[in-house]
Amino acid sequence: MDNNKITITINDRDYQVVAGQTIMQAADQCGYHIPRLCYHPKLSIEGACRVCIVQVEGAKNHVASCACPVADGMKIHTNTKELRQARRDIVELLLDNHPEDCHTCERDGNCELQRLAYSMGIRHRHFTGERKHYEKDLSGASVIRDPDKCILCGRCVRMCSEIQGVHCLTQAHRGFNTVVMPAYNLPFAETVCSGCGQCINVCPTASFVEKNHTQELFETLSDKSLVKVAQFAPSVRAAIGEAFGLAAGRNMEGELIAAMRKMGFDYVFDTQFAADLTIMEEGSEFLERIQSGGPLPLITSCSSAWMKYMEQFYPDLIDNISTAKSPMSMASALFKTYWAEKMDIAPKKILSVAAMCCTAKKYEAARPELDVNGMRATDIVVTTREMAWMIKSAGIDFVNIEPEKPDTPLGLSSGAGAIFGVTGGVMEAAVRTAYELYTGETLVDIEMAAIRGFQGIKEATVTIDGKDLRLVVAHGLGNAHQVMEMVREDPSRFHFVEIMGCPGGCIGGGGQPYATANSIPLDEEALRLRAQALYDLDRGKTIRRSHDNPDIQRLYKEFLGRPLSEKAHELLHTHYEAHLPKGIVSPNLKVV
Amino acid sequence: MTATYRIIVCDGTTCINSGARRLTALLKEHLDKHDLTETVTIGLSGCLGMCDKGPIMVVNPGYTIYGGLSEADIPKIVEEHLIKGQPIARLAIQEDHLYNRFFRVFGDDKFFGHQMRITLRNCGIIDPESIDDYLSLRGYEALAKAITDMTPEQVVAEVESSGLRGRGGAGFSTGTKWKFTAAQEATPKYVICNADEGDPGAFMDRSAIEGDPHTIVEGMAIAGYAVGADKGIVYIRAEYPLAIRRITKAIEDARAHGLLGDNVLGSDFSFDIEIRLGAGAFVCGEETALIHSIEGARGMPRPRPPYPSVRGLFGQPTLINNVETWANIPVIILDGANWFKTVGTETSKGTKVFALAGKVVNTGLIEVPMGTTLREIIYDIGGGIPQGKTFKAVQTGGPSGGCLPEEYLDTPIDYDSLAKAGSIMGSGGMIVIDEDSCMVDIAKFFLEFTQNESCGKCTPCREGTKRMLEILTRITEGKGQNGDIEKLERLGHMIIKSSLCGLGQSAPNPVLSTIKNFRVEYEEHITEGKCRARACSNLLTYEIIDTCVGCGACRKVCPVAAISGSPKKEHVIDQEKCVKCGMCFNTCKFDAIAKV
Repeated sequence: MDNNKITITINDRDYQVVAGQTIMQAADQCGYHIPRLCYHPKLSIEGACRVCIVQVEGAKNHVASCACPVADGMKIHTNTKELRQARRDIVELLLDNHPEDCHTCERDGNCELQRLAYSMGIRHRHFTGERKHYEKDLSGASVIRDPDKCILCGRCVRMCSEIQGVHCLTQAHRGFNTVVMPAYNLPFAETVCSGCGQCINVCPTASFVEKNHTQELFETLSDKSLVKVAQFAPSVRAAIGEAFGLAAGRNMEGELIAAMRKMGFDYVFDTQFAADLTIMEEGSEFLERIQSGGPLPLITSCSSAWMKYMEQFYPDLIDNISTAKSPMSMASALFKTYWAEKMDIAPKKILSVAAMCCTAKKYEAARPELDVNGMRATDIVVTTREMAWMIKSAGIDFVNIEPEKPDTPLGLSSGAGAIFGVTGGVMEAAVRTAYELYTGETLVDIEMAAIRGFQGIKEATVTIDGKDLRLVVAHGLGNAHQVMEMVREDPSRFHFVEIMGCPGGCIGGGGQPYATANSIPLDEEALRLRAQALYDLDRGKTIRRSHDNPDIQRLYKEFLGRPLSEKAHELLHTHYEAHLPKGIVSPNLKVV
Repeated sequence: MTATYRIIVCDGTTCINSGARRLTALLKEHLDKHDLTETVTIGLSGCLGMCDKGPIMVVNPGYTIYGGLSEADIPKIVEEHLIKGQPIARLAIQEDHLYNRFFRVFGDDKFFGHQMRITLRNCGIIDPESIDDYLSLRGYEALAKAITDMTPEQVVAEVESSGLRGRGGAGFSTGTKWKFTAAQEATPKYVICNADEGDPGAFMDRSAIEGDPHTIVEGMAIAGYAVGADKGIVYIRAEYPLAIRRITKAIEDARAHGLLGDNVLGSDFSFDIEIRLGAGAFVCGEETALIHSIEGARGMPRPRPPYPSVRGLFGQPTLINNVETWANIPVIILDGANWFKTVGTETSKGTKVFALAGKVVNTGLIEVPMGTTLREIIYDIGGGIPQGKTFKAVQTGGPSGGCLPEEYLDTPIDYDSLAKAGSIMGSGGMIVIDEDSCMVDIAKFFLEFTQNESCGKCTPCREGTKRMLEILTRITEGKGQNGDIEKLERLGHMIIKSSLCGLGQSAPNPVLSTIKNFRVEYEEHITEGKCRARACSNLLTYEIIDTCVGCGACRKVCPVAAISGSPKKEHVIDQEKCVKCGMCFNTCKFDAIAKV
């Protein structure tokens, strides 16, 4: 017999389970899904909601199954009359202090509290009374906070601190007055919030939602005086199907293009093209720094949440950040210059819209230094969720639509552009190009297993022309923080650093579809399937290196000249500034 | 080298009359003669209480009490005791256990007669800011004994064998906690003194620290040795400035005397203590919340296991005990577990300190052996109910304890009997309630406190206590509904069984125990709109009865001009206007205003 196994009894049936796990984990494996709310497998155990209580024989009180480890001989009951009533009452208490506005709520039909209340069989209320009321915080460029809808499960607080390392949110006040807020209740716009939107991903209700731009977009789409140009990020195609009930990992690229055209976009380009362009610029920047001796490591800059985080917490490393704009901002800059010229359209007439897996891109789009010739480069950013809702709202049969191809010349992309959406993808794409630019030889084995997968920090070494280059990839800002501390400690430790602000990279972005009834937010398997969709996309392409993209070659030939040219610098590069966070002064922070 | 002594001469009236001051002068002469003025100091104390045996002189260390002294005895004491170190048995008054000292000091009147002071043994006797005073009363002897004569295992075994249970409220076996912490291999380990006393009206821990801070320091150092910790933290609420000052000084003095710091008493054992101030959150008395608070995080409890003894402060094994628990440790080490076990009941050993308050003649701080009955405390020590009123209930255990009616007065005080009766030991609040108090109102008062102090983390406590309070409020306002009592019971039981920490698990106690023992009062409020104690203002009317002489005093104080009447004629209250503030009632000198 396996020494590691113990015998427990659940609802009078014996089970052999592995020791060291919690009652909830053991019950999951034995086929009992204990109701739960504050629990999330990626976050620390909070034990706050008390929905997952069970009875353990010999224990005086109910036991939170998420927190309590199993023990040999433990007799557990998960579904007694007393438990059903206690759980029901606990969920009712949450409802009693929650707005009764399900029908007009952002999360209607996709709310964990709603589902839980239904499954608890709450058909009438016993304990109604005073309800909390706080003002919504509408100040943020990316994330809206509505404390009225908060049920204080603390997932957002844990996500923001444990995974993202931002520590923007905390519980404040006591008892019935407890509320989740940033330090000093500062408006989001003034806080250290990176805009990553992971609080939205893990929120069981609509206490956190993205700043919604769907109505604005619908309005402008009907404006006939404008030329409506869209782009969409790699990860949007890999996830949007989930919002329509499809399994995770279906690549919906063609359907998305077709749907956007039906919605009124005149041109639909692919951000993957701009990803290829980013590789050309960033790869060249890397080579230049290698040759000129620095500053190294070069750190990627395409994740907008990461950029804000870096400016606040690592301003001392600004010189190490690639000046290349994100693919979205590069594409938008080209829409209103190169493409406008080519199409003979007045740039002011162009409406540049980006469908992104990201909430922080809303913040990025508003950064003034990204303006092109006095115009905002990206006029509107909508998330995958918003785009999915708009498609539904517009009455488009997304699932059965005939797929279409993107417009050219800013639509054709290599496989390298596709994998931008997964952690490690930028690095992999950059190596494919840098290797060839540097050595003049073609890299044969282009798939880098060492930097694929969801390990938080991944290191690899690649030899280019006899020189060992040390690479490191991190996703999630908490992991980024760790890598930055390594860099601070020993700048020579790495040559090239890829950072993605969200867990898993853009595929796990804060703007991706909500988890459904049968999944959990940021479910590892769903992330893996989304990633696989992008890797498959890469493999299915004949062109897999950014520099081989003929439209990229043409763009340089016709317009930019060469990577890092003056024109390229003007349109495709940017700069960063230190932002001392209000109220929080890190001892490591150098005041610039 | 001559030993150092401190001699306390009783400076009470009787001893002075029987020649104490003359003897003191003589003692000084002899000390001069033998060149002992450097090493022997003389101090005075208040009345030691043994007036028939005066004049009295106490020689420390050793606590030798000499009584009935004459001039001829002084040179003998100097030569035999102070120079040769041989106490003179013939002159000494009988020696026995540490705790008795207090009663030798304060005599045996009714208030003290039923008490037994183990943890408060030095309070009121020593100068709490003087380490010499503490040392002179066998202070730090227990630490020395532990370090030199005992292995850490033996110390843990002694504490375990004593049967001491945590005095913070839950009553968990102290020895077991020590054993668990000692068994952990991870280092560093921490020892914490929980001095975040938060119960309204409770001042046991504050008094203990203010009166005898070194006992806590000594107890913690012994624990540090026993469990292998080299760092101690006293977590004390910032609202206790005097206690903070005294414990800070005690730590500094102990450090200066080599009793804390590196190589305590020249041994290999090193231990030091620092102070952390709490910011006034009641929940920070809960051990995991307290640990979070020290770590700089929001003071919210977390689920256990893991217990702090396994993963506590900064993730390290941590032993956390309450002030009163710590104060027992030096006594257990010095007098031994076998002696300690003789005090108390089968399952609860030792004494318990209570803050006796409410409708009782003698209020104050008392320490009684476990097993003393509620009746003995209230009527013998407390002197009964003032103004001839009738006893109604006693509330034990602070804001989350239960209210016990008369039939429970013979309940012996120990953890298990109180729990069985439907209350808790808690940290030692004891509030006596008489006929003038409404039990619904009392329940509301306590719940209001716990509801306010809920940390807001877990649903049952945060949301559930709020709903209970709303129901109680409407009952006291005469707006109770049928089914409200059942809702209170349903919520109360759920909250007790489902909450994350001890705060929620006990918050409904005052409500449930008053429903159990005084259900009829709840029913009267709801169905008859009546408050028998006339405490719920919404449920009573003020009326002027025929003893009114028409003095007009009530008319003048009424803030809403609800009272009318001509001079020397009976006045009338307009019930429509009356806001039931009670000012007329308090003003009337003729008992002419009745609560109806």
